Amino acid sequence: MSILVYTENWDGKFKKFSFELVSYAAAVAKQRGTTVTALSIGKVADSELEKLSNYGTNKVLSIMDDRFNSLDNKAMSKAIVAAAKAEGVKIIILAHNNLGKALAPRVSVRIQAGLETGVVALPVSYDPFIVKKKVFTGKAFAEVKLNAEFKVITLAQNSFEPVEMKNSKTIETFDPQVVDNDITTVVKETNKVKGKVLLTDAEIVVSGGRGMKSSDNWGGLEEMADLLGAGMACSRPVSDEGWRSHTEHVGQTGKIIAPNLYMAFGISGAIQHLGGVSSSKIIVAVNKDPEAPIFEVADYGIVGDVFTVIPQMIEAIREMKS
Amino acid sequence: MKILVLISNVPDTTTKIRFKSDNTAFDDAGVQWIINPWDELALTRAVELKETGGVSLITVANVGNATTEPTLRKALAVGADDAIRIDVEARDAFEVATQLALVAKDYNLIMAGIEASDYNGSAVGGMLAELLDIASVSSVSGINIENGQLFFNREIDGGSQVLSVTTPVVAIVQKGIAKEPRIPAMRGIMMARKKELKVTAPVSAEDRTSFVRFELPPKKAACKMVAEDNAKELVRLLHEEAKVL
Repeated sequence: MSILVYTENWDGKFKKFSFELVSYAAAVAKQRGTTVTALSIGKVADSELEKLSNYGTNKVLSIMDDRFNSLDNKAMSKAIVAAAKAEGVKIIILAHNNLGKALAPRVSVRIQAGLETGVVALPVSYDPFIVKKKVFTGKAFAEVKLNAEFKVITLAQNSFEPVEMKNSKTIETFDPQVVDNDITTVVKETNKVKGKVLLTDAEIVVSGGRGMKSSDNWGGLEEMADLLGAGMACSRPVSDEGWRSHTEHVGQTGKIIAPNLYMAFGISGAIQHLGGVSSSKIIVAVNKDPEAPIFEVADYGIVGDVFTVIPQMIEAIREMKS
Repeated sequence: MKILVLISNVPDTTTKIRFKSDNTAFDDAGVQWIINPWDELALTRAVELKETGGVSLITVANVGNATTEPTLRKALAVGADDAIRIDVEARDAFEVATQLALVAKDYNLIMAGIEASDYNGSAVGGMLAELLDIASVSSVSGINIENGQLFFNREIDGGSQVLSVTTPVVAIVQKGIAKEPRIPAMRGIMMARKKELKVTAPVSAEDRTSFVRFELPPKKAACKMVAEDNAKELVRLLHEEAKVL
């Protein structure tokens, strides 16, 4: 009952999340007395693939086939199931991110597995197989039993610390037997924003709400984000008004994030907003309304004007850095 | 082109979440039900596409008992042409997808929200595509039809892509697909009463997952307050006490 973990790469590189996944799989394998196989799809150098073995893989399967470059959901799911069958695995682990969410449901149907997405911790038990996840967008937790023989789970980001554990550096190429007919999507155009910290990767996130008043007042927050290497975010009214891009919207219908530090300026903290940020380790709130619900979830707060507080904070951060 | 929009019936997003029966079931007493926010955006985009031509039919479908009908009526009022309710209280996403597979095969474009705001499964759209053995694209933030051909915008980490896809296809959509959900106008509400809401019998389906228990998150400790003119102290606390700066 070996375990398969699909490790996505970003332009040929792995990220902290990849190592969280491998560490999680290794911890499950240890509890089950079994082994971990990681699967990589796309062009990744051996030296990068070997990094996965630092977190406990027994084997890395690598599919180097350009046909997967379009992230075709159908073909990739087929490839993951082919690897799972070749390795005789019963548990498949993917990331709870854009690609993992796209693939896991297909994989689960294809291999007739029970699926649970957004798992936040090691399984509660193995017999029966029970995992814990967030429901109602962070307003509650649920324990869910997977009844089928095969299990597919997606792991939430920042819910398992990567632990170094040197293991076998075995790398094998794998042929998933995908045919051209399996490729259903063609990429016409790719636009990437350069030089910005990705919200989902950011350890620190600086975020603004309606209290920022207009689209013209974001220089201070951008400066603070630059100083801290932080990601920029905003609340829903801000993106609805077009003050900031909708890609920065965090909250129930936007992005769900879990940074070490989330700093909310001029955000009252509607329940939908809190759903998107409540997993942050530390939350800071600056708001002129002492009754704002954001203070109920914040660890540190200032009741006051954002335009008074932001410049003071920038100055203090500069001092701290020097 | 025929579009099917999958509709999940969920508690209003401002609902205070409670559980009953020894924390084994969601307490729906007094809950207001709505169209799942992402499904509502999907429907809005479908209606916009129909208005610009190239779409002959928009059907909405839901798997649920009769209590979900007001939600389907609202979808009809927003602009769907007809509705299908598969009459079963599904136990998990796989069962929902199994039921929908029966009605979905007649459509070119099937739209599903990226997740439902209740159990946050992100599962039905992808499962349905695999059951039908057709294409699926997730994280879709834009759909356009040009000369009968579908183009999707897909969000990727740090950017976006334009894709062409084969049909039939399941589009799993997210924020950005439509600007704001469309509110039904009085005329739409009147017309919705006359539109067909077909109730079909379920097929037998297995459930592969079941909820064991629920719990509410632990209460947070009180927020530590700092004076407005002392933001320097806040930075010091974050650096030295919380150790996050």
